[in-house]
Amino acid sequence: MIIDHPLLGPRDAAEFVYLGDASLIDRPDWQAPDAMEKFHAYGYLRDNPAGEHQELWYHEQGDRSWLVVTRDTVTHTITKVELARDVARGKTKARGRGK
Amino acid sequence: MTQVNRLPGGLVDRSEEVKFQFNDKWMRGYPGDTLASALMANGQLLVGRSFKYHRPRGVFTAGSEEPNALVQLRRRAEQEPNTRATMIELFEGLYATSQNHRGSLEFDLLAINDFFAPFLSAGFYYKTFMWPKAFWEKLYEPIIRSAAGLGRLSMKEDPDSYDKGFLHCDLLVIGAGPAGLAAALTAGRSGARVILADEDFRPGGRLNAETLELGGMAGHAWAEEAVKELAEMDNVRLMSRTTVYGAYDHGIYGVLERCTDHLRDSNGKPRQILWRIYSKRAVLAAGATERPIAFGNNDRPGILLAGAMRAYANRYAVAPGKQIAVFTNNDDGWRTAADLYAKGVEITTVVDSRDKPALLNIPGARHFGGQAVMDTVGRAGMKSIQLTNGQVIPCDGLAVSGGWNPNVHLTCHQRGRPEWREDLCAFVPGSDLPPGMVVAGAANGAMTLAAALSEGAVKASAQLEDLGIKPKGGEMPQAEDEPRDCAAFWHVKQSKNRAWVDLQNDVTVKDVKLANTEGFRSVELLKRYTTMGMATDQGKTSNIAGLAILAEEAGKTIPEVGTTIFRPPYTPVPLGALAGRARGKDFRPYRLTPSHKWTEENGASFVTVGNWLRAEWYTQPGEKGWRDSVDREVLQTRKSVGICDVTTLGKIDIQGKDAGAFLDMVYANTFSTLKVGRVRYGLMLREDGICYDDGTTARMGEDHYVMTTTTANAVLVFRRMEFVRQCLCPDMDVHLISTTDGWAQFAVAGPKSRDLLRKVIDRDHDISNDAFPFMACGHVTVCGGTPARLFRISFSGELAFEIAVPARYGNSMMAVLNEAGKEFDAVPYGTEALGVMRIEKGHCTGNELNGQTTAHNIGLGKMVSQKKACIGNVLSQRPEMIREDAVRLVGFRPVDRSRKLIAGSHFITKGDTASMANDQGWMTSVAYSPNLGYSIGLGFLKEGQNRMGEIVRAVSPIHNTEMEVEVVSPHFIDPEGERLRG
Amino acid sequence: MRYSGFRVLKEGLTGNKGWTKAWREPEPRPDYDIVIIGGGGHGLSTAFYLAKEFGITNVAVLEKGWLGSGNIGRNTTIIRSNYMLPGNEPFYEFSMKLWENLEQETNYNSMVSQRSILNLYHTDGQRDAYVRRANAMLLAGADAELADAKQLRQELPFLDYDNARFPIKGGLYQRRGGTARHDAVAWGYARGADSRGVDIIQNCEVTGFQIENGTCTGVETSRGAIRAKKVAMCVAGSSGRVAAMAGMRLPIESHVLQAFVSEGLKPVLPGVITFGAGHFYVSQSDKGGLVFGGDIDGYNSYAQRGNLPVVEDVCEGGMAIMPMIGRARLLRSWGGVMDMSMDGSPFIDKTHIDGLYFNGGWCYGGFKATPASGFCYAHLLAKDEPHPTATQMRLDRFMTGNMIDEKGSGNQPNLH
Repeated sequence: MIIDHPLLGPRDAAEFVYLGDASLIDRPDWQAPDAMEKFHAYGYLRDNPAGEHQELWYHEQGDRSWLVVTRDTVTHTITKVELARDVARGKTKARGRGK
Repeated sequence: MTQVNRLPGGLVDRSEEVKFQFNDKWMRGYPGDTLASALMANGQLLVGRSFKYHRPRGVFTAGSEEPNALVQLRRRAEQEPNTRATMIELFEGLYATSQNHRGSLEFDLLAINDFFAPFLSAGFYYKTFMWPKAFWEKLYEPIIRSAAGLGRLSMKEDPDSYDKGFLHCDLLVIGAGPAGLAAALTAGRSGARVILADEDFRPGGRLNAETLELGGMAGHAWAEEAVKELAEMDNVRLMSRTTVYGAYDHGIYGVLERCTDHLRDSNGKPRQILWRIYSKRAVLAAGATERPIAFGNNDRPGILLAGAMRAYANRYAVAPGKQIAVFTNNDDGWRTAADLYAKGVEITTVVDSRDKPALLNIPGARHFGGQAVMDTVGRAGMKSIQLTNGQVIPCDGLAVSGGWNPNVHLTCHQRGRPEWREDLCAFVPGSDLPPGMVVAGAANGAMTLAAALSEGAVKASAQLEDLGIKPKGGEMPQAEDEPRDCAAFWHVKQSKNRAWVDLQNDVTVKDVKLANTEGFRSVELLKRYTTMGMATDQGKTSNIAGLAILAEEAGKTIPEVGTTIFRPPYTPVPLGALAGRARGKDFRPYRLTPSHKWTEENGASFVTVGNWLRAEWYTQPGEKGWRDSVDREVLQTRKSVGICDVTTLGKIDIQGKDAGAFLDMVYANTFSTLKVGRVRYGLMLREDGICYDDGTTARMGEDHYVMTTTTANAVLVFRRMEFVRQCLCPDMDVHLISTTDGWAQFAVAGPKSRDLLRKVIDRDHDISNDAFPFMACGHVTVCGGTPARLFRISFSGELAFEIAVPARYGNSMMAVLNEAGKEFDAVPYGTEALGVMRIEKGHCTGNELNGQTTAHNIGLGKMVSQKKACIGNVLSQRPEMIREDAVRLVGFRPVDRSRKLIAGSHFITKGDTASMANDQGWMTSVAYSPNLGYSIGLGFLKEGQNRMGEIVRAVSPIHNTEMEVEVVSPHFIDPEGERLRG
Repeated sequence: MRYSGFRVLKEGLTGNKGWTKAWREPEPRPDYDIVIIGGGGHGLSTAFYLAKEFGITNVAVLEKGWLGSGNIGRNTTIIRSNYMLPGNEPFYEFSMKLWENLEQETNYNSMVSQRSILNLYHTDGQRDAYVRRANAMLLAGADAELADAKQLRQELPFLDYDNARFPIKGGLYQRRGGTARHDAVAWGYARGADSRGVDIIQNCEVTGFQIENGTCTGVETSRGAIRAKKVAMCVAGSSGRVAAMAGMRLPIESHVLQAFVSEGLKPVLPGVITFGAGHFYVSQSDKGGLVFGGDIDGYNSYAQRGNLPVVEDVCEGGMAIMPMIGRARLLRSWGGVMDMSMDGSPFIDKTHIDGLYFNGGWCYGGFKATPASGFCYAHLLAKDEPHPTATQMRLDRFMTGNMIDEKGSGNQPNLH
């Protein structure tokens, strides 16, 4: 597979390490009253879709960026690659607005 | 003349002869021959034995689809089993032997299986060999195993080397037949970066096997010109003897180039190169494979596919006999009759399953329309054929054509399914091709020469336009649309004798029918039950006929039955090539510590720790075994001072305004409160609350921390910290860099460590206990100005320091420390002594922190802060993980002090039987303590914290032993920690 | 029809005309006591043991493709019970004992071959872990044996002892481990279940669940609705997709595992061998092919195919320990979709929906579990309580913190 790194261009997937569902960015609040249930769902339950999947890849043999890759788990087609930090910042901001 | 079957003409080079051996018999051929054509030329039609019935078999095809003519090529360590004679280029001195027979090829003892064939029908082995039970492994299976299998490995290490490489292109053209050449010419002339790969040693594909003309030129001559033109283009890479074996994601193709297989010796060059080709677009022009028709005894030597027989006559100038019959269901079969006749071979008969007038006039040949070959006579060769009308016709060779199957394999490697085309009686590529791939020529069902040429050019042009390259030069010469009419005809129903579908695995029409009768009605079940298509040719010539017969039996259409799944590789790839250079000592890289040279020169024995080589101990003259060395190193360190290279521990530099807050998130305990110039032990959890790693982190400045990790987890911890930084704390001002390889670090441990360091550290740095107490850290200089970092931390439990210098000074630093230590009788120590001292001190390492251990288990539950956000603190509080009766880390010593503890023993309460239900825990680490004079251990014991002084049984049934052990504190030495504060 | 050597002889002498269907091809009936979703190995063995051990035969097995087309149709055929943890070892040893009598129970030669499995170790730490594991196996009534490098040198002289990057220090044997003919296992169970009255319905895809007031009362299928008192999911590899139809999120990710077979060779390997310092395990089939594999590709996938880096990594592992295979050729590679669970261990449990049961999460170790998985699932379905060897294989174990994590890799499925 080839991942089109937003900063470095197309790179062989072998340069990367895979972690899993990009929902791992959405870490629950440890002080929430139902923190245990939330962390259980965060740590263990997965949508595991057959189709489009947002997932985390780490460019270990490269610039050490964590990326959010949108990839189809049936065809392996990649449609979007973003810096995970940008995605995470977007989420923080969105949460901030929500409050 | 030994080449009894040699014809005039052909594309072999008659200016010289090539001598070779088959089954130790010398024979002659010409450059340009394959082993198959040369054997045929020498009248050697019997080449091998079939898998199950050990039937005599000869060459059946002229390409990589060959099911029969498999030989062992070369000898000794270079022996290569199951090599297709049709793909072996003849070279001087070639040595090949036939395989899969007991006794000689001619008189194979296992041919007796053929007589027992009625009892060996499809799947017979699933129905028997069940009684008595123990006989399967002892009797039945060994007999089956030794009879099965094909060629033999030499059992010696493969002496050849293999390389790997990476190539990039705009357009990859797969196959250098007419369609592929047209595609490559078009793309090459347009200036695109092109790779043209072809499995043959002579580009041209069927052009080399046919007498068809292009623009008035012989086909093979045109191919030669085309190749010459391509060779002159800088933007084109021509790769002959190169098989594209797999289509992988995102335009990546797996490719094998055979570099020295056509030479007598590889002469130190890589035998083969495994390429990965990164293509923007691809044109698959892999041609088509002919298929046989099943009839009685259709497997004898001398029976060839019609197109193959034509290839042997036209390209290699050989024929399998003098009197040839042809059996076809299509127009193309007639061309074999015509071409062989033109070469002076007698054609006795053309049998056409279609009730039509003769397509061509072949003088001397009788034409039977609407008939079929029902049976053949002969043993190691052909004598005659019998037709469905009862007529017997003498012949010594038979060409069979059941039509052609487009080579759709690569189109299906990404789960695409081919589609049935009734007019061709064949599957063609479906619409769900691998992204970026198009198919041209016979592979796409464009079966005539004119169609293949034009499609190659047109498809390539479309691909170029897609890439924004303007196509030019796509005009191809005039060629004909030769007749290709075909009428489905799979097997001869009138045949009474066994009719083979899969030649290599000995699957007959009856087997297919039996599978259907017994309910194995999916094509996948048929394959698995009968083994059809599972041989080394993966059913390239057999599968379609098999599923057609299944369809007929099941009352379905062929597309309803469908094909099995095409999987990579297209043709088999040597495991040596797939491994490349990563074998032997080069399997993985070595990481050497900065002091490796000094260490090596000073008697160290090395141990592999991940990819690192570390000193495990240093042998002194007179020491009889490793224990002598280790005991000395431990005793001397505790008595005076020892020095150990600890560079392999991970080192991570953490800088930024939020560095402290970041570490609070990463560690279970708190680091933002750590004072500058101080070090703290840190425990890191996984998000699931299990201990992940531990180490010390030093605060070198307000915004600067230096973390150490365990050796094993250095990479993993850094990766996780980057995850936390980028994904969980994206707004923190913090940066990380791994400095594991940047700093050489040494532990200097023992009561004299400070004295030793005072000699090395420049005088203006005060390292007295007051100025530099336990858990202090700071910047110093050594040896007159060399920058260094000093940490007062201790793994051994002694007064100890770790000193780090830039890695390039590491070897010198090791030498300097040891030199300076001479007056204290300092010793360098290795990982074994390190291990003994940490067990004496009760410190955990990987044996304890094995990914299953909670902080609670190691007695550090309180260290997991519940007052801050940090990785793992929430899930660490799940009820099963904080049970009071959970296992706890404690120390053990044998009641009988002379006994040696065993790591991996399990603990059983005295009086209980030893069983899993009574399992109380296990011993994680043991060592002989030279300080205590007996064996000591660490381990996890249920409620261990409450069982001090209890005697439990440490059982090790695997060693057939057990002993009584006493539960003690894990801190065997200096439990109060006075020494390290001294 | 009873299969035997005598029968094969008799049929051989009479033209093999008397063989009958191995199983019926029934139409689905409108309701059953138990509907099992998935006609792979575990589904078929569940049906077999429901009928044989618990006398429940009003059962349908619904298979969307062909019988045995689950991961039992594409695996590397290893059977073993060399686990370490109390949540696992008794279960796998129970499975091993069922394997040992499988052929007599099913009257089908599944070629269970107890030719041994050997796990090589290369460091002292690995040895200590294997001693712990071996002792756990012995305490659970299984067999285990340690061999040092000297013994291995005699038994397996073709391994690389002298030039290896990670020298072989010894190995853990389980002599009762080995291989079985994977398809035949499915066929034996299918034939055994069918002959006891179970309906095995091929080409019947489940498209939805009938759930009323928190109770599952049946399934929708491509061949119409089928009501059932109990519905049993048994679709490892597709668990996520099927469970989603019941609104469940699972502690499972789907990953692709590739496996490989070489061209046929005369006997080379006596038993199963696994490399302890790289990703490679291998055995040789009775037909002569080297059957081998290594690590999963590592990314979520339902594609049933993998990519080159893992192919090469596996072959590197092979060449690293047995460099005599260099001139053998890879014949075929394939990819199967694995239910990779969050601790590397499976589930056999009720779900939060009454009448709906779950069996899955087998990672890449489901084949060896086929008999016990079926037996224990049948036990659960018949008695509504877990079999004594499968009490910890619960769906809620991540809530309680009672993980069964043999490798200690934590909640990251691609590391197990």
